[in-house]
Amino acid sequence: MTGVEVRELTVRVGGRPLVEHVGFDAPVGAFTAIVGPNGAGKSTMLRALAGIERTESGMVLLDGDDLLALPRRRRARVIALVEQDAATELPLTGRDVVRLGRAPHETIIGGGDADAASVVEDSLRRAGAEAFADRDVTTLSGGERQRVLLARALAQQPCLLLLDEPTNHLDLAAQLDMVRLVRELTAEGVTVVAAVHDLSLAAAHADAVVVLADGRVAAHGPTQATLTPALIHDVFGVRAEWTRNPITGGPLLAIG
Amino acid sequence: MTRIVVAAIALGAALVASVTVAVTIGSAELSVADVWGSVAAHVLGRPSPLDPLHDGIVWQLRLPRILTAAAVGAGLALVGCVMQAVTRNQLADPYLLGLSSGASLGAVAVLLLGIGVLLPVAAFAGAMLALLATLGLASAFGPLTPTRTVLAGVAVSSFAAALTSFVIFWTATGDSYREILGWLLGSLAGARWPEATVAGVAILVVGVPLAFTGRVLDAFAFGDRSAASLGVPVTGARWALLGAGALLTGALVAVSGSIGFVGLVLPHAVRLVIGPGNRALLPLSGLAGAIFLVWADTLARAAFDPRELPVGIVTALIGAPVFALLLLRRRSLA
Repeated sequence: MTGVEVRELTVRVGGRPLVEHVGFDAPVGAFTAIVGPNGAGKSTMLRALAGIERTESGMVLLDGDDLLALPRRRRARVIALVEQDAATELPLTGRDVVRLGRAPHETIIGGGDADAASVVEDSLRRAGAEAFADRDVTTLSGGERQRVLLARALAQQPCLLLLDEPTNHLDLAAQLDMVRLVRELTAEGVTVVAAVHDLSLAAAHADAVVVLADGRVAAHGPTQATLTPALIHDVFGVRAEWTRNPITGGPLLAIG
Repeated sequence: MTRIVVAAIALGAALVASVTVAVTIGSAELSVADVWGSVAAHVLGRPSPLDPLHDGIVWQLRLPRILTAAAVGAGLALVGCVMQAVTRNQLADPYLLGLSSGASLGAVAVLLLGIGVLLPVAAFAGAMLALLATLGLASAFGPLTPTRTVLAGVAVSSFAAALTSFVIFWTATGDSYREILGWLLGSLAGARWPEATVAGVAILVVGVPLAFTGRVLDAFAFGDRSAASLGVPVTGARWALLGAGALLTGALVAVSGSIGFVGLVLPHAVRLVIGPGNRALLPLSGLAGAIFLVWADTLARAAFDPRELPVGIVTALIGAPVFALLLLRRRSLA
């Protein structure tokens, strides 16, 4: 079990490279955070990993298979992506939306998936989206909608879960819920790769980090060893120091 | 799931009942038993229990026309659902976006050139060209908003309608006004078994598979990227669905002319009852559309007996106010 290996990933839009020669390993069952300043290419890279952004070159290997070469439906059974700020005008219920996560597991007309209903309910529960199951998703707040979309991704039962700014719309308690869920999933062997805008959140909870700057990997590896004060100063232009969280006793990246 | 099946069976039964009762309505006195007797005799190859005149009214005139109405209604409602989902536009409808007028133009052109065998191909080509023109025109104005798309549809459809009228005037030998009205407003007055067969085959070959694409359509709800991450081949699926919609519209318009608003009214009405999920919406809208057009055509045929209205007048009288309501609701949302 080697995990996810990203090799030489390049995405160009209109001739301009948004992601260039990116390579890193995301160990199986680990939480890898992609960090970097705004415009570093985090979202583009996640979409490229999900196979929905046209890549110029590169491979995403899982146990030696190139995920980008898989047929889409098979790929959608292995990888799930929760995008930032995905919106709809179609007033589906939360449960309808989560049900869509089963689409890659079904035949084209929607049969052949006996556990669909139980997976859907389980996913709603785990993502904390039960309260929105019967609500019209166009009336939900950003954070509520994000939970529904997270539940949809869980319903895909992926090996690799990609999250774009998963804590963006969430209040503090909900952010910790999200971290707890990610830990639960990694304990079950799901590999989680998330773009995280909040450096201290990534520092406190991720097993590994990939630091992106201008579409290139500035550093990657185990979180504490990688996020050195010098690197953070170079990439983010702020001062940082590792210390201890007085409440949890875990590592804390103080920024100032 | 079971709720959908129950609703589909109920609507299916209502459709059979509607067709049967609709056949009895008209100037000749007929009963439900007469209708079934005549149908059974023809299907089983036995002598009919009715006298030749009444038997002819059932089997040669009313039944094929009413079955054509059912097929056309089902198909237009389905195409409306599909277009609304694929273009993410609540106002999309084969009539409003110009497909029906484009199909009429194609059909009229080949009929007058005397190459009737090309009728389905020409109607499909007309519908597809009109769709491309509408989407192209709308996107030339800027982002593809529902209102812009409908405005572009009005332009394309007026142009195609004008060309259709021109071609008929230029070449017509008899009552060109009636013929133009038939194509532009839609009429089932001429529908016999050949028309019923074309419409029926189109529904079986294109409509029924289309009715089961709800899951794919739902996947488009959060946009193209989201659909792609669920394993939908976005561009291919969009054009396959729009192409199938144009094909079905072409076949139906070739037998009925461009009957308006069925594709707009029925999906919205069914949505009010069962919610917006396309998986249930598609088959149920199809069935509801069939029932709707059977009764609309019966009204057009029998309400002002012995005069007959083109059925498109009836659907427009119902559909145009619904369209206005939808526009008002959009304004209040914006």
